[in-house]
Amino acid sequence: MNTATKIITSRAPAKEIVKDASMLKQKEMMAAHYDRLTSAPDTGAKVAATFVPGNLNELIMCFDLVNNLPEVNAIQNGLRRVSGSYVLEAEKIGHSEDVCTYVKSDIGMMAKGNIAPNGKKFPDPDVLLLSYTGCFTFMKWFELLREQYKCETVMLHTPYMGDGKITKNMVDYMVKQLKDDVIPTLERVSGVKFDIDRLREYLKKSTKAEDDLVRVLQSAKTKPSPIDAYFGGIYYIGPIFGAFRGTEDAIDYYRFLREEIEDRLAKGQGPVTPDGDMGKERYRLVVEGPPNYTSFRQFWKMFYDEGAVVVASSYTKVGGVYDFGFRHDPDKPLETLAEYCLGVYTNRSLPMRIDMLVSYINDYEADGLLINSIKSCNSFSAGQLLMMREVEKRTGKPAAFVESDLVDPRYFSAANIKNRLESYFQMIDQKRASAAAAA
Amino acid sequence: MAAPLNSSATATVVARANALFEDLSFTSARQWKAAKPGRKVIGYMPIYVPREIIHAADMLPLGIVGGGDQLEVIHGDAYYQSYICRIPRSTIELGVSGRLDFVDGMLFPSICDVIRNLSGMWKLMFPNVYSRYFDVPQNYQDDTGGNFYINELTELRHDLGKLRGQPITDDEIRRSIAAYNENRKLVRDLYAFRAEQPWQAPAAEVYLVVRAGLVLPVEDHSAMIRDYLAAVQAEERPKRDNCRIVLTGTFCEQPPLNLIKSLELSGCYVVDDDLLLVTRWLIGDVSADGDPLQNLSLAFLHHSESTAAKYEPNQKEKGQHLVRAVKRSGAEGVIFAAPSFCDPALLERPMLQHVLKSAGIPYIAFKYAENSGQMQPIREQAGTFADSIKLWSAA
Repeated sequence: MNTATKIITSRAPAKEIVKDASMLKQKEMMAAHYDRLTSAPDTGAKVAATFVPGNLNELIMCFDLVNNLPEVNAIQNGLRRVSGSYVLEAEKIGHSEDVCTYVKSDIGMMAKGNIAPNGKKFPDPDVLLLSYTGCFTFMKWFELLREQYKCETVMLHTPYMGDGKITKNMVDYMVKQLKDDVIPTLERVSGVKFDIDRLREYLKKSTKAEDDLVRVLQSAKTKPSPIDAYFGGIYYIGPIFGAFRGTEDAIDYYRFLREEIEDRLAKGQGPVTPDGDMGKERYRLVVEGPPNYTSFRQFWKMFYDEGAVVVASSYTKVGGVYDFGFRHDPDKPLETLAEYCLGVYTNRSLPMRIDMLVSYINDYEADGLLINSIKSCNSFSAGQLLMMREVEKRTGKPAAFVESDLVDPRYFSAANIKNRLESYFQMIDQKRASAAAAA
Repeated sequence: MAAPLNSSATATVVARANALFEDLSFTSARQWKAAKPGRKVIGYMPIYVPREIIHAADMLPLGIVGGGDQLEVIHGDAYYQSYICRIPRSTIELGVSGRLDFVDGMLFPSICDVIRNLSGMWKLMFPNVYSRYFDVPQNYQDDTGGNFYINELTELRHDLGKLRGQPITDDEIRRSIAAYNENRKLVRDLYAFRAEQPWQAPAAEVYLVVRAGLVLPVEDHSAMIRDYLAAVQAEERPKRDNCRIVLTGTFCEQPPLNLIKSLELSGCYVVDDDLLLVTRWLIGDVSADGDPLQNLSLAFLHHSESTAAKYEPNQKEKGQHLVRAVKRSGAEGVIFAAPSFCDPALLERPMLQHVLKSAGIPYIAFKYAENSGQMQPIREQAGTFADSIKLWSAA
């Protein structure tokens, strides 16, 4: 089952990159999706652009729409190291250096031909489904895209969980928007009539994949952890946060992934890294915040070279928090979509986010918290210094803080980050030594 | 030139407003609270909260718009990375330094992710203070966004009633609506007067007088505006050969007073702006008859200002509020002034600039922080802009 494979990438011909079989499977899924997307003008498929948090994939599929996620495109451009030029292009045409680089990468990509990772042109969206969930920038981003594409735009406003709870008023408001605005707009754009039973079927499928994803994520409670729940976790969440939630493909992928991880678990193996199996697990960390994508592997290497494995992360909850019990519920299809959107990580209040991180540190027996603070993302970043102090106070575990950006290579300072990580690992060692001496 | 007959009356009002502006201990609000046992003060941040409900609970709504350029931020910087705007760090500074220790509650309106997250920080840092993220709808249909908003207002009304120890009645809210209707009308009159004769009501003075409304009881503030209008209308002030501009992007973190003064000194009369929007967020009167929460909701949905923190569902309407502001005020150009790292203002700016370009309205843009000290570059930029408008107009 465990078929970690060495492949040679076109970017680094001299360097062998090791990938899990599940990663290869996902790569095929993503390639097929991008082909489906870029061939839409030929096939006549209609395209809906939307966001990862509050992603209504099951609903979108009810209208035979193909899902295009601008954040995922920006990530792809970051990993392929072309986002830097797109960000500069956007700044050249008047976008501030201060704002989100996902937005600028997207706008710069459009200005430079809107080319998808498969080398073909992205089709213009037929509808912008503005799921305004957990991030203010989303609202402006789609206003900017609407100006460019001049296509129909429909908003689903998700209220913020400021008081740490989902209220009936919030759910009613969202369901009403779905009924009165979102569904009629998608019907009009697609020409497909809404069938609630079809939605229920997709939601049932979502639940199966969600169950397997949670088992994968929670495998990190074992020592050594068979997964890296941040760098590896980003691969794991790809299908369910993207265009596959509610599909047979997602069910297959997550079953396959779970079996792969269970196999590693049975063998007592650690995570697979781009350089092969990770060595001895020395540090178990919880990470808060998104990663840097332009130097993703370099960043990851700073961890696994030191034997540091991330056992839980908040970023892998940004497109849905499933490990505290939530599952899409086919018996209340619209309400469950509302509750899903309301519960995504960045839509949770700061005290809720702190509670989650504390629980991760305790439940996964982590050595501490690392925050990767992202310049672009105020939704994540504003308040993280207080979060760090609170988590330290409540767990007694040390925390550290590094800064970078999502897809702007100008804000990744490898030497600074490496220095801080090394100091942090020393701090953990010292803390362990003190604890051992006191025992 | 002889001193204007009524200059002392104007100076008296402006001096009082300036003293309120400079007082980072909020002495007047403290005195208001101390004057009667049981009084409570509710702080709120930009852009908008329904102050009528706070007022209806016999409480003082206190606008908190950061610490300005006179507050040394020591603790606040420890809570924020360098790439986050200044208003949350100076607001934290006001809190941890005890300057807000008399405030019984804080409202954090839905404006951006930074203020949103500050609501959670406040809960953690000041657990004994009532703290609420005040959400507003981005859907403007009566039975969707409207119902959501009425329920949010109902919760706020309930919470404040509990804090007071007595529920807030409909009649109390209606009376408060009437008081704020009067205040909004006076602010509109003041803005209209300035648009007509900007040399008579300099932008810095208007700013100070309007800003006093963040700390004074609404009745006192209305009296202050009346006094100011009467005083400046009785005065004759020198008219400069300035161009007329609309200032936009300043709806949250406030520019230093010197920046506002610098614009006029460099040849730009400010004839409209989006400073301190809470004072004129609702356009026109809110009905004081019938269900008061429904009336506040309808006003919010259908008669409120456009700004970057709101979604504009109609692409054709996008940015038109700015074009209308230019026409209404007889402006000749627009100055985009945005706080550094302000997501709403900076993300919105390119769209608004495209609209202005289509409408043939000239503009310039720069950034500031509430503690910006160097005004020379801004003076040079604004001065050049004023010159170009004048030359353009002459051509």
